[in-house]
Amino acid sequence: MRKHLPKIFLVLVFLFFYLPIIYVVFFSFNDSRSLTNFTGFSLQWYEKMFENRTMMESIYYTVVIALIATVVSVIIGTITAIGLSKSRRLVKEFIGQMNNLSMLNPDIVTAIGLMIFFVTLNIETGFMTLLLAHIIFCIPYVILSIMPKLRQLDDNLAEAALDLGCTPFQALYKVIIPQIKPGIFAGALTAFTMSFDDFVISYFVTGPGINNISTYVYSSVKRINPSVNALSTIIVIGVTVVLILANVIPIIKERRLSKRLKMQ
Amino acid sequence: MRGFRRLIIPYLIWGVIFILIPMLMIVFYAFVEKGNSVLTMRFTLDNFLRFFEDSIFIEVLLRSLKIAFITTIICILIGYPTAYIIAKLKPASQNICVLLITLPMWINMLVRTYAWRGILLESGLSPEMKVYIGMVYNFLPFMVVQIYTTLSKMNKDYLIAATDLGCNSRQAFMKVTLPLSIPGIISGITLVFLPAVSSFFIPKLLGGGSFVLIGNLIETYFLTAGDWNFGAAISLIMTIVILISMFITKRFDHEKEVDNA
Repeated sequence: MRKHLPKIFLVLVFLFFYLPIIYVVFFSFNDSRSLTNFTGFSLQWYEKMFENRTMMESIYYTVVIALIATVVSVIIGTITAIGLSKSRRLVKEFIGQMNNLSMLNPDIVTAIGLMIFFVTLNIETGFMTLLLAHIIFCIPYVILSIMPKLRQLDDNLAEAALDLGCTPFQALYKVIIPQIKPGIFAGALTAFTMSFDDFVISYFVTGPGINNISTYVYSSVKRINPSVNALSTIIVIGVTVVLILANVIPIIKERRLSKRLKMQ
Repeated sequence: MRGFRRLIIPYLIWGVIFILIPMLMIVFYAFVEKGNSVLTMRFTLDNFLRFFEDSIFIEVLLRSLKIAFITTIICILIGYPTAYIIAKLKPASQNICVLLITLPMWINMLVRTYAWRGILLESGLSPEMKVYIGMVYNFLPFMVVQIYTTLSKMNKDYLIAATDLGCNSRQAFMKVTLPLSIPGIISGITLVFLPAVSSFFIPKLLGGGSFVLIGNLIETYFLTAGDWNFGAAISLIMTIVILISMFITKRFDHEKEVDNA
């Protein structure tokens, strides 16, 4: 018994983590509105979800904003990180502290800061402010992911490229960028998830009629709405499939590679 | 390669406009009288006085700190054994466990908290208990991952040396493993305490309307009451309290280091 105690503990912790997820999936197939009594199987909440325009729009905005915010923050973040790696210490420190401020600030403080900023400057809140806010909070994480890769980079490589007749732009494009690709990729992944998951900042900077999934869920829980369960189930399945693929594909590739090596 | 230095100029401007200026605007609003425009600038400390003169606001602040503190302690008490057990498994199982812990984090926080609302709907628990469950649920994975990372990076030779020198497994844990994993606990505390203090949707979704934390106050004054000056003052007070707490935690970390030396 004592030997199994750690395993039992671990199982209980995992149960705690997965209980609400299982619960949501289960009740998304419920026949009635109830969140405590399972009265029978039905797909009506899925139907209702697809018929609900605000809900479908919230999914659309979440994905579109996450995609654009990722692309833009990766471009600005990569350019800045490369510049930073060549900058003087003072500038490095300044930008580092500024990024820390952005990342360590409680979300709600960042959120009200941006809200005050947009409203004071008479910028109408809505899609553009939501997108801009997401780009603003994603960039520091992109820079954070790329900097370690740049530190490992041999300075002479870019110098060599210039000596061999590359323009600075070509040196950047053909030598530096390919070497820091893993960092850029990790940054893109972080940016995408940060944007996809964000609630607090979106809640304060969005305008009327523009919702992402988080703000939609928040605004619709005042009354019980089982379609949220259906929406959650679809997110759960989507995320699980993506994560399994992301973890399984490298293993399969590796196996194939080792097989090929053995055959040779 | 010096030419590349110029690449930071766009972000330097960007950061000043979109990171620094909004923060300065919060400070500015907190020190300005309600209802005047940017141009007249009548400075005042009233917003801060109002907070400290009313016992309700102090109560909310203390309640937020208490909730965040207890949440952090529970996360350490559950998170440490979890991380420790995982770190002792076979490497392949370790990877699966870490994946299983991070997977729920990819699913929207709001969606997961919403699910707890259903589960706890007829549980008869007090609003405060429900908020604790929601907080621990949302922030525990951060604690586990931080502690697991330091434990798995730890040099196992120290443990072998300790047992060779006559420590039993309990002493080895208390004198070697635990002190070496303090940095993981500290970064875990940062990742749990900080968002827990300022959280506002967990109390709102799980605690019902009556259970108010400092984050809810900020939300109310900005979005419902429209009193930005007071809201800004509250968020400044909260930020300062958080900074002090983090400073104390870091001090604790340094003292440990000195002890070890």
